[in-house]
Amino acid sequence: MSVFSEGFSGRRGRDPRLPPGQYDVGDSFPVLTAEATPNVTQETWSFRVDGEVESPTTWDWAGVHALPGSAYEGDIHCVTTWSKLGTSFSGVSLDVLLDQVGVRSSATHVLAWASSGYTTDLPLADVTGGKAWLVWEHEGRPLSTEHGGPVRMLVPHLYFWKSTKWVAGLRLLDHDEPGFWERNGYHERGEPWAEQRYAGD
Amino acid sequence: MTEPPPGLPGLPELPVLDSPRRRVPPTGAKRSWQTGTVTEVRQETPHARTFRVQLAEWQPHLPGQNYLVRLTAPDGYRAQRSYSVASPPEDPGAVELTVDRLPDGEVSGYLHEHVGVGDPLEVRGPFGGWFVWRGDRPALLVGGGSGLVPLACILRSRAARSGAGRSSAPVHLVAAARTREELFYADELSGAFAADTTVVLSREDDAGPGRPGRPAGRLRAEDLLPHAERLGALGGGGEGADVFLCGSTPFTTAAERLLQEVGVPADAIRVERFGPS
Repeated sequence: MSVFSEGFSGRRGRDPRLPPGQYDVGDSFPVLTAEATPNVTQETWSFRVDGEVESPTTWDWAGVHALPGSAYEGDIHCVTTWSKLGTSFSGVSLDVLLDQVGVRSSATHVLAWASSGYTTDLPLADVTGGKAWLVWEHEGRPLSTEHGGPVRMLVPHLYFWKSTKWVAGLRLLDHDEPGFWERNGYHERGEPWAEQRYAGD
Repeated sequence: MTEPPPGLPGLPELPVLDSPRRRVPPTGAKRSWQTGTVTEVRQETPHARTFRVQLAEWQPHLPGQNYLVRLTAPDGYRAQRSYSVASPPEDPGAVELTVDRLPDGEVSGYLHEHVGVGDPLEVRGPFGGWFVWRGDRPALLVGGGSGLVPLACILRSRAARSGAGRSSAPVHLVAAARTREELFYADELSGAFAADTTVVLSREDDAGPGRPGRPAGRLRAEDLLPHAERLGALGGGGEGADVFLCGSTPFTTAAERLLQEVGVPADAIRVERFGPS
């Protein structure tokens, strides 16, 4: 049973866009990482899709910019309890890339990875159907290195650790393979509205 | 060093941040919400207080782990934040959380203004499987401001172990603050832990009885290099010290760069950034 915290009313309004346990961080955009920031530039960045696909493919900076663009406007939610409401990112929908490589019917999950060795796993259904992007702009400006630039993944309907910074590839798998935080105490899926923060939640 | 995902022959191996050498086995902790009782409150700096919370369902944490603190308003609104444990697991039955009061901090402000000895406090933990020290590997600890909390836990745990006749790997702390008044656990770091601590003050010279003077200034290569070298944090191969870096984003960003400049490989560095969350 929970106890009331005497004298506590909460500072901010209850915005209906806030999932349980989250607060509105306003204009700021906290930075959280587990590893030293890798040195990835527009010139050195590339993105490889392989695994359970017909044609493994690698794109570079110019390659992803040649694809039809797509933007996300909405909210993002970090498991450490901040949410950023009404923000925007632009880049390309992952659907476009997955269409080009030909996803095999055996594929059930993806493992997104960065050159730092950071990984995160997602069900394929969480990165298809207009739910996931590669992004290189945030609110109209180039995505900064500390926020995962030049290119990060964006999966805004899940906690933000699923939105891999400095993303370098997506491996399609015929099974689930836990990623970095999923091996290190966090929930396997991370759905903010269900408060799936930690393993077992 | 890396583990290719099974069942995918022929694919290039992916890099692995938490290679098996660096992975920490789960503690198997049961982590339900529980209501503890605050039994002690200590002022650490003008803006930081330590709350000692007695727990009925205490379990040993690993140095570096954190607890969630949850506040509930009468209308059911809840706010929670995580705070690193400052007390070592060798101090059973309670956890000490040092809370930096943030400007406009929804939870930290309430804790500072409303919570005193005898008050209930809802907590859940311990959490964290990455920024944790098991005691078996040398470690260079680099922290600024409230980033010193998990690192002090490591020093305290190590001291408790050696007091109990158990050995643990060598560690060294490089502790940063703007002024000595704002330095977390200043008396302890310059007292019991002085031999294992280098204090770096950015805004004032640090000379005092028994302390070699260091002129004011931000963290520099020479603050890190001798300790990184002595602990074997330079060069690769995976056999050297781990580096635990904790603090604000500007501090950790600068320290990451400096560490790599003096020769610490990026994959030896574990980072925990304390934001205004």
